[in-house]
Amino acid sequence: MTIPAAVQTLHPTSETVVEVRGICKKYSEVEALRLIDLDFPRGKLTTLLGPSGCGKTTLLKIIAGLIQATSGEVRVNGRTVTGPGPERAFVFQDFALMPWATVMRNVAFGLELQGMAKAERQSIARNYIAEVGLTGFEDKYPHELSGGMRQRVGLARAFAVNAEVLLLDEPFSAVDEQNRRKFQEDLLRLVDKERKTFIFVTHSIEEAVYVSDRIVLLSRRPGRVSQIIEPKIDRTASPDAIRRDQGYLDTVEEIWQGLKHYVD
Amino acid sequence: MMAPTQVDGPVRAVHPPVEGGFSLRQYPAFWRMASLALFFLAWEIAGRVPISYAFPTFSATFAAFLSMLFDGSLFAAYGETLQPLIIGIAISGVIGIVLGIVMGLSRSAEWLVAPLFIVLQAAPMAALIPLITFVYGIGLVAKTLAVIMLALPVIVLNGYKAVRNANPSLVAMCRSFQGTKLQQIAKIIIPDASPVIFAGLRLGLAAGFIGVILAELLITPTGIGDLITYHRSVANYAEMYAAVVSIILVSTLTLAALEAFEMRVLRPEKRRG
Repeated sequence: MTIPAAVQTLHPTSETVVEVRGICKKYSEVEALRLIDLDFPRGKLTTLLGPSGCGKTTLLKIIAGLIQATSGEVRVNGRTVTGPGPERAFVFQDFALMPWATVMRNVAFGLELQGMAKAERQSIARNYIAEVGLTGFEDKYPHELSGGMRQRVGLARAFAVNAEVLLLDEPFSAVDEQNRRKFQEDLLRLVDKERKTFIFVTHSIEEAVYVSDRIVLLSRRPGRVSQIIEPKIDRTASPDAIRRDQGYLDTVEEIWQGLKHYVD
Repeated sequence: MMAPTQVDGPVRAVHPPVEGGFSLRQYPAFWRMASLALFFLAWEIAGRVPISYAFPTFSATFAAFLSMLFDGSLFAAYGETLQPLIIGIAISGVIGIVLGIVMGLSRSAEWLVAPLFIVLQAAPMAALIPLITFVYGIGLVAKTLAVIMLALPVIVLNGYKAVRNANPSLVAMCRSFQGTKLQQIAKIIIPDASPVIFAGLRLGLAAGFIGVILAELLITPTGIGDLITYHRSVANYAEMYAAVVSIILVSTLTLAALEAFEMRVLRPEKRRG
């Protein structure tokens, strides 16, 4: 056709769910993001990785519709994002659980806001509480749970609204190391089972390589896309085998070489 | 007196005594009683010394308290005192919470109303009470106004700060799940603010007690203020002290009841663990 090849690669295929086009974000004088163009393929887990202050969380919140971009636009299934929408669900770094509500009410909260009847939303919530391994904790309050369990509640809440795209903002950063590993393994199982698109923000290279289909490396402020890496790892192997896999170790090393010069 | 057993009695009674290693540490009620008993003992000794002719012993005060309780004068006095207090606190509670929430949600309401209450809170209210009598006389209205003037600012300002400082992450969570503005206020902001709003109510109630007693001492002696003034004027110091202690007792018990109500109704997660 008349479309040049270089532009064509930027155009969405049916397999692209989220398109980010020319996103810039300035906070008064500070430029957080500069001209970000990205496609997020359906059913894949894409990680935004970069040094702290590179604007990866800002980009995720712009995709979520929680923050307005200074310029550029985000399209989900071809429609321009103007705010939060039912096709996207967010998992918060600090869990954002209501301390006065039980696990059950927290998980069902997205459905409660939609006005779904109590019995119906509780049956859906119960299913996802089981999915994240919290059966038996339905009537507990968040302060009675460990950090890892709290984030499982946050994850179940995001799954419960059945959004196509899940946005995870450093979901494991407030979870201790042992729980984080277990959680990463569970996440991979859920990615496989739920067939959703995941956009994941982390500052941990190992975590990014372990869970991601694609890794988008962002440069230091102003954040720009510096590299896109697709780890070639056999995901059918056991979690421990993956962590010893040569492809896994090489990818971690490659990313570290790319990021090293940002570290003081 | 009866305060500690009323506050802790029913709760403590549920716990069976620990067999073997009996430790008083497990009985905070015991320490509270001991603290009160020590205070009363010191009072008794100070009264017997005596440090002043006008300072009765604890036992004389307690006897006076019982006699005032049984001759009905204490009940009659509280019937009068509680009237402006209850009306004033009810009005301050409703207006204060609504106004506080509106100010917390809207910047323009904040600019319009906050300075007034910040000044009112800083103002020495006792100095303003004589002014009320010029305008509203010496009746129930004036006393209710005194309660409102003391209670309202702290209720409004607490409500406003609580709402303004509602957890931004929870608000973002509600937005991300497409909660409407109304759902955001009703399901996130107000529940999140309710502990601080309630703290404001407790402070407001305490201030209301100050207001009503000030009014009864400064405007016209009625109710408990009348008991205090009358017994002082005829040098019945034990009765005067009994009236003073009774108002402290009533105020403490009311505040404890409000706190217990808050725990039971608004903070279900605080009841366990």
